[in-house]
Amino acid sequence: MATTQVVSNQLHPITFWQSSNGKKVVMAVTGVMMFGFVCGHMLGNLQMYEAPEHINAYGHFLHNLGELLWIERGVMLLAIALHILAAVQLALRSQAARPIGYSRSEAINSSYASRTMYWSGPIVLAFIIFHLLQFTAGYLHPHAQFVAGDVYGNVVSGFQVWWVSAWYIFAICLLGLHLSHGLWSMFQSVGLAHPRISPILRKAAVAIATLIVLGYISIPISVLLGFIK
Amino acid sequence: MKLTLKIWRQKSSNDKGAFVSYPVDDVDPEMSILECLDVLNESLILRGEVPVAFEHDCREGICGSCGFVINGVAHGPERGTTACQLTMRHFKNGDELTLEPWRAKAFPLIKDLVVNRRALDHIIEAGGYISVSTGQAPDGNDILIGKEIADESMDAAACIGCGACVAACPNASAALFTGAKITHLGTLPQGEPERERRALSMVAQMNAENFGNCTSIGECTGACPKEIPLEVIANMNHDYVCASFKRRDDLPSPVAPVVERA
Repeated sequence: MATTQVVSNQLHPITFWQSSNGKKVVMAVTGVMMFGFVCGHMLGNLQMYEAPEHINAYGHFLHNLGELLWIERGVMLLAIALHILAAVQLALRSQAARPIGYSRSEAINSSYASRTMYWSGPIVLAFIIFHLLQFTAGYLHPHAQFVAGDVYGNVVSGFQVWWVSAWYIFAICLLGLHLSHGLWSMFQSVGLAHPRISPILRKAAVAIATLIVLGYISIPISVLLGFIK
Repeated sequence: MKLTLKIWRQKSSNDKGAFVSYPVDDVDPEMSILECLDVLNESLILRGEVPVAFEHDCREGICGSCGFVINGVAHGPERGTTACQLTMRHFKNGDELTLEPWRAKAFPLIKDLVVNRRALDHIIEAGGYISVSTGQAPDGNDILIGKEIADESMDAAACIGCGACVAACPNASAALFTGAKITHLGTLPQGEPERERRALSMVAQMNAENFGNCTSIGECTGACPKEIPLEVIANMNHDYVCASFKRRDDLPSPVAPVVERA
């Protein structure tokens, strides 16, 4: 009797992290963590409108949190790393999913922000690195002397250089663009949508992103216009 | 009406394809674009050339057979219609229309405008069903279903599986299709017992095929001839996340994809 070899066409199971859906959940959760940081950071920055001692004391307080500061930094770094890792893996997968493109393609139903997430993300990352080198490490502080501990003075002398302010405003606008889609998209990724609530969420995402952009860029603009000296 | 049809011609999956422009002189504004291709094909056959291959069946927008990208938009510029429902009165005399097949790794090209959409069948086989005991037909009103639930399910069930969502998505993602199937069955009481198993199986198969990921941009729902809402993708993610946390069994194994991952 002849025997036939049975070849199984079953593949290995796909785990949560291996699925694109799971990676998007990770991006949503890490995204909300970074959003929390962005909000807190903006509220801290707005102390620039008070007396210099105020924000300097706040900076001193943050620097003396000790272990807490390093835990916060570690969590943020992990969130950023996971967000980028998932984004890169998903982007490569999507690129492979369409090896031959269209001769012409028209966007009929998507926002500019949503189509440019792969651009706004990396540019904001480049900005964050520059920003940390300038205001946290003081390693890169063009046309002025970085004074450790004098947060107010460093911000004023930093933003008085026009191109530092311009680069800051540009990057924050891109961050706003990224958030205007991301803040809404994260609800889709974790599976929360409702025909009554989703349209409001979409508008709220744009409104919150706009508020964040205005809050941040008001400071370099105020420095350039001489309101903050 | 005179039109120029710039059509993607490709003999087979192994062949190298190219665009060929065909002037069509006697276009009636009441024709659908498929009928326009019929007219072109008749003239091609008379000239001894190979007619343009394209898929079609019902020609009334309910079967999901037809579809190609017209001027960069899946199923053409009209919203909520399939290619067969797109009449030529939406174009102007002298227009040039570019016709391309669905472009996706998971949809290997068969010929001209025809692609192999078995990957979508694989996703259905993975969980697009409910298990019922045979026997006497149950009473129609045995299980009561609220109208809002029935409507939500029916909106998702309108999916005809044409593949326009994959074609329109910049990432070639099948999230709208899979989400529609999961919502269609998962929202109803009959589909409830297998809801989590279904989400795990169908999502696994969707990921095994060479589709991209969803970035919630919404091009799919814009191109969908049945205007399936983006909400169904969130429903899929909801069921998938819940099932991933609550499952007690082993993860389901997907079957080999239509196109092997490189």
